[in-house]
Amino acid sequence: MLNTSDILETIRMITDESLDVRTVTMGISLLDCADPDPQAACRKIYEKITSRAKNLVPAVERISATYGIPIANKRISVTPIAMLLAAAPDADPVQYAKALDAAAKAVGVDFLGGFSALVHKGFSAGDRQLIESIPQALAQTDVVCASVNVGSTKSGINMDAVKLMGQTVRQAAALTADRMCMGAAKLVVFCNAPEDNPFMAGAFHGPGEPDCEIHVGVSGPGAVRAALAKMPKDASLDTIAEEIKRTAFKITRMGQLVAGLVSQELGVPAGIIDLSLAPTPAPGDSVANILEEIGLESCGCCGTTAALAMLNDAVKKGGVMASNHVGGLSGAFIPVSEDDGMIRAVERGSLSIEKLEAMTAVCSVGIDMVVLPGETSPAVISALIADEAAIGMVNSKTTAVRVIPAIGKKPGDVLDFGGLLGYAPILGISTFSPDIFVNRGGRIPAPMQALKN
Amino acid sequence: MEAVITVIGRDAVGILAKVCTACAQANVNVEEVSQRILRGTFAMIMLVDITEATVDFTEFAARLDAVGKDLGVDVRCTRQELYEAMHHV
Repeated sequence: MLNTSDILETIRMITDESLDVRTVTMGISLLDCADPDPQAACRKIYEKITSRAKNLVPAVERISATYGIPIANKRISVTPIAMLLAAAPDADPVQYAKALDAAAKAVGVDFLGGFSALVHKGFSAGDRQLIESIPQALAQTDVVCASVNVGSTKSGINMDAVKLMGQTVRQAAALTADRMCMGAAKLVVFCNAPEDNPFMAGAFHGPGEPDCEIHVGVSGPGAVRAALAKMPKDASLDTIAEEIKRTAFKITRMGQLVAGLVSQELGVPAGIIDLSLAPTPAPGDSVANILEEIGLESCGCCGTTAALAMLNDAVKKGGVMASNHVGGLSGAFIPVSEDDGMIRAVERGSLSIEKLEAMTAVCSVGIDMVVLPGETSPAVISALIADEAAIGMVNSKTTAVRVIPAIGKKPGDVLDFGGLLGYAPILGISTFSPDIFVNRGGRIPAPMQALKN
Repeated sequence: MEAVITVIGRDAVGILAKVCTACAQANVNVEEVSQRILRGTFAMIMLVDITEATVDFTEFAARLDAVGKDLGVDVRCTRQELYEAMHHV
């Protein structure tokens, strides 16, 4: 017989603590859609996505209803489109973005990621065209997300790409200034980008992945926070870490169950489980609130980096035993606008961009969903990208930058993206110039950590 | 094939009868029932066999949801695998 307390705990986690599976993401390879004729390529892209993902949304919704598991998003990741552009040098990449947008809407997914280029060591055919088209592609589509990998531990940091991405982020925001600068919210710049990431905006389907597979990204900050809230204030950090592990195990098992069921129903192999704590703007469903529950007055104060390091590690330790294959980003996310506690910490003045940067050294991603002053120069954005990439490169981890320059807005103003993307006040950033550094170009050599063989 | 029905809310006369009637009408066999009061909240858990059910699972869950709305309590029906996955190694 099932244990009554276990059942009631599960129901409480779902109904009161916002526990859900954050995303079921179908990875689809588009390598076989490359064609010198852009129109033919776009037709093949549309047909492949709509045939592979035809049953994705209904199957996920059926499983969600039958097993009582809320599943927040259904998404698709595809082969980096720059690889397809290599075959069609004269193509307009925006046309490809529109084909992706149409296919995603036809199958009813929330987002599609993969308007991407991997340029960590340099540009090859198709890469520059894709990057230069990103602002227009994001302005002219609704659900397509873009990402560019500019560095890795093995190759160093491509500073020519970093310079280009500072300009691209700013243009993406400028072209969508009438829509809360949404273009920049759909663009991520990575170092050490994982090829099987199910989370947006950075999802893409790497060239080493199979033709089609199902990834699952779990969530559950609200459940972890609620578990810690029940513990005495003098409980040692060993017991806090243990409680986080136990909760992460339960959350991840839910994701593993969903991955198996969707894979079976669609006849598509299961890929990875992303062991993440992904917050939402819902009160309490917040990574910042977990850190505050551990004992910080407000997220961003001294102690935040240490508490986050422990949280991130415990989430992985709890989740890894609950899943067959781990991948993606796996760890605690700290997106400012998507996390109610982070938003309040910024409003209170306890969380600065410098502290966020330190936090990215010990959590799963990077400077995420941070709204910058509208006048922030492309060079400052590039330098911020370089700083983040350096943290990722040296620590052999993924780091990323997703910042939104609030075009035409002043410090104190707010950008409200709506839905899971949330809202955020503008965060101040150093205005001293890194221009000469950014304009040098070239490549920051790979660190000693690259020499592991 | 088993499912778990949970009823959570304020205790009232006839909850068990009405949920059992909905089960019987769908040819769903009730295998175990346990109930308790948790901090003033009534919680009933039923393990049922849905192998011979005459209606589709989502229709059965919708009927139970309607029973819950009539009684002013939260009635959910889900497949039992979730609870096993989350709480058993």
